[in-house]
Amino acid sequence: MAKKKAKKVAKTVAKKQVKKSAAKSTKKVVAKKATLKKSALKKSASVVNITKTLEISLIELIKNTSAILPDDVQKVILEALEREEKNTTAEYAMNIIKANIELAKKKSQPLCQDTGTVLFYVSHPQNFDQIKFTKEIQKAVVKATEKGYLRQNSVDSLTGENSGMNVGPGHPSIHYHQHNKKTVEVKLMLKGGGCENVGAQYSLPHTALDAGRDLDGVRKVILDAVHKAQGKGCGPGVLGICIGGDRGAGYIESKEQLLRRLDDKNAVASLAELEAEIVQTSNKLGIGPMGFGGKTTLLGCKISALNRLPASFFVSISYMCWAFRRQGIELSEKNQIKKWLY
Amino acid sequence: MKKLNYPFTHEAVRDLKVGDMVLISGKLFTGRDAVHKRLHDGVKPPVDLSNQIIYHCGPVILQDKKTGKYQVTAAGPTTSIREEPYQADVMKDYGIVGVIGKGGMGPKTLAGCKEYGCVYFHAIGGAAQVLAEKINSVDAVYWLDLGSPEAIWELSVTEFPVVVTMDAHGNSLHAKVESASNEQLQKALKENGH
Ligand code: SF4
Repeated sequence: MAKKKAKKVAKTVAKKQVKKSAAKSTKKVVAKKATLKKSALKKSASVVNITKTLEISLIELIKNTSAILPDDVQKVILEALEREEKNTTAEYAMNIIKANIELAKKKSQPLCQDTGTVLFYVSHPQNFDQIKFTKEIQKAVVKATEKGYLRQNSVDSLTGENSGMNVGPGHPSIHYHQHNKKTVEVKLMLKGGGCENVGAQYSLPHTALDAGRDLDGVRKVILDAVHKAQGKGCGPGVLGICIGGDRGAGYIESKEQLLRRLDDKNAVASLAELEAEIVQTSNKLGIGPMGFGGKTTLLGCKISALNRLPASFFVSISYMCWAFRRQGIELSEKNQIKKWLY
Repeated sequence: MKKLNYPFTHEAVRDLKVGDMVLISGKLFTGRDAVHKRLHDGVKPPVDLSNQIIYHCGPVILQDKKTGKYQVTAAGPTTSIREEPYQADVMKDYGIVGVIGKGGMGPKTLAGCKEYGCVYFHAIGGAAQVLAEKINSVDAVYWLDLGSPEAIWELSVTEFPVVVTMDAHGNSLHAKVESASNEQLQKALKENGH
C-alpha cells in the first residue's frame, strides 16, 4: 500500500513539474519532459526505498528488543545468579531466567509472552516530520504484531475490545525529542503489565513512613515501594525514579531513567550515592528473585530530579521486571540501521 | 529437586513442603479469571477436575491451518491473586490437588490448601520460552467461547519447573518473606541515611 501511495504522489509531482515547464517554454519541451520525468521517477523510487527501509529497520528493532536482552541487563542478571546461594529457590529461579534469556535469543521469540506497553523514544534533528514518522512506527508495529514479535496487547478501555494490532489511542506510546545531532535515533522499551502495576507515586511528606521533604524522605518511600512490589512484577527488577515534577512529568521522567545504561554513573553526586544505597538496602530486605527470599531484590536503580512547585514534592517510581527489554538504533541517511545503541 | 508425576494424588501433594523445588510431569489444565468465575458460579466443568492441577496461564497458542493441531508458543504464569475470591471454593467443589501461578495467594486460599489437601506452586514469571518447551502437546480445549487465553487448555508437560510456596500444612513462603522483609524495612526506615 505504501508503495502505491508513494508512486502516486511521485507521479502527480512529476506531472505538475512537467506542466509548469511546458508553460514556461515551448521550445525544448520534448527534451525537458523526458529528463524531468526520468528524474522524478528516480526520486520517487528512492523515496519508496527509504520508507520501505525505515519499516524494515523498525521491525528489526522490535524483533530484537522483544527477543534479546541488552548486554548491560544480561550482565547484572548473571551477577545476581552468581550471588545467590547454591541449591536455593533463588538460585533455581535465576537459573531458569538465564535459560529463558538464552532460549528466546536462540529461537528469536518473545522473551516473555507479555510484550508490554510499546514505548518509543525518538531523538531527531531540526526539520523532522513527526507526523510521518509516527505513521511509519504504527505500520511497523502492526507488521511486528502480525509476525508474532508483539502480543495482541492493546485493549479499548471503554469496550474491552482488543484491536489485535497494538495501535489505538496512546498505543504505541511515542516520545519525540529534538537533539543537536544530525542523525535520528530510535529507542524502544517493552514494559510488561505486571511490573507497570507495581509502579508508585508518593507525595512528601509521608507521615506513616516518617518521610520528609528531603533525600532521606525520598529514600524511605522508595524502600517502601520495593517492599510492596514483592512477589509481583517479576523481580529482581530495576527502578527508574523521578524526584519532583508534576504528577504527569514525574512518571514520564521515571520511565526515561530506564533508558540509561545500568553501568553508567549519575553526574549528580548525591543522586549517584542514593542510587547505590537503594540497591544495597533493597537487597538486604531479603525479598529475592520472584519474592522467594534471597540476595537480589533489585538489579539497579536510576534517579533524576525535576523542579517542583513549592507546594508539592512527588517521588515517581517505575518498576521494570527482570525481562528488561530495551534497545535502540541510529538510522543512516537511507534509514538503514547504522548502529545499535545498547 | 523433587518430582511429581501423573496421576496426581492428595497424598503425594501433602508430602510437599514450602520451599520444595518440584518438576511436574503429566497433565495441566489452564484456567484464569473467566474459568474460575464460571466454576465458582456453579457451572459444571467440561472435564473431571478431581486430582488435577489448574495452571493460571493465558497461553499463546497457534493452530496449524493444515492439520488443525495446536501448538503453544508462550506459556508463562499469570498473577494468581486475582483468583483469591474463588480458589478455595474451586478446591473444595472440584477436588483439584493444586494450582500453579505466580505471585502467591492470600489467607483464604492458604486455609483452603490445608483443608482440602492442595498446594500452590509458583512458576517463574516471564520464563515463557523455557516453560513452553516443557509442554509436549495440547490435548484438548474446553470453553473456547471464553476466548483463547481464557479457555481451558489441556496440556501434557514433562518436568515443568515450579517451587512450592504454599503447602497443605498451612505454611506460606510469601507470608514468611513478607514478614521477614518487613522487619528489615522497619530497621532501614529508622536508619538515618543522609
Ligand atoms: S512483569 Fe515482566 S516478566 Fe513478568 S510477566 Fe510481566 S512482562 Fe513478563
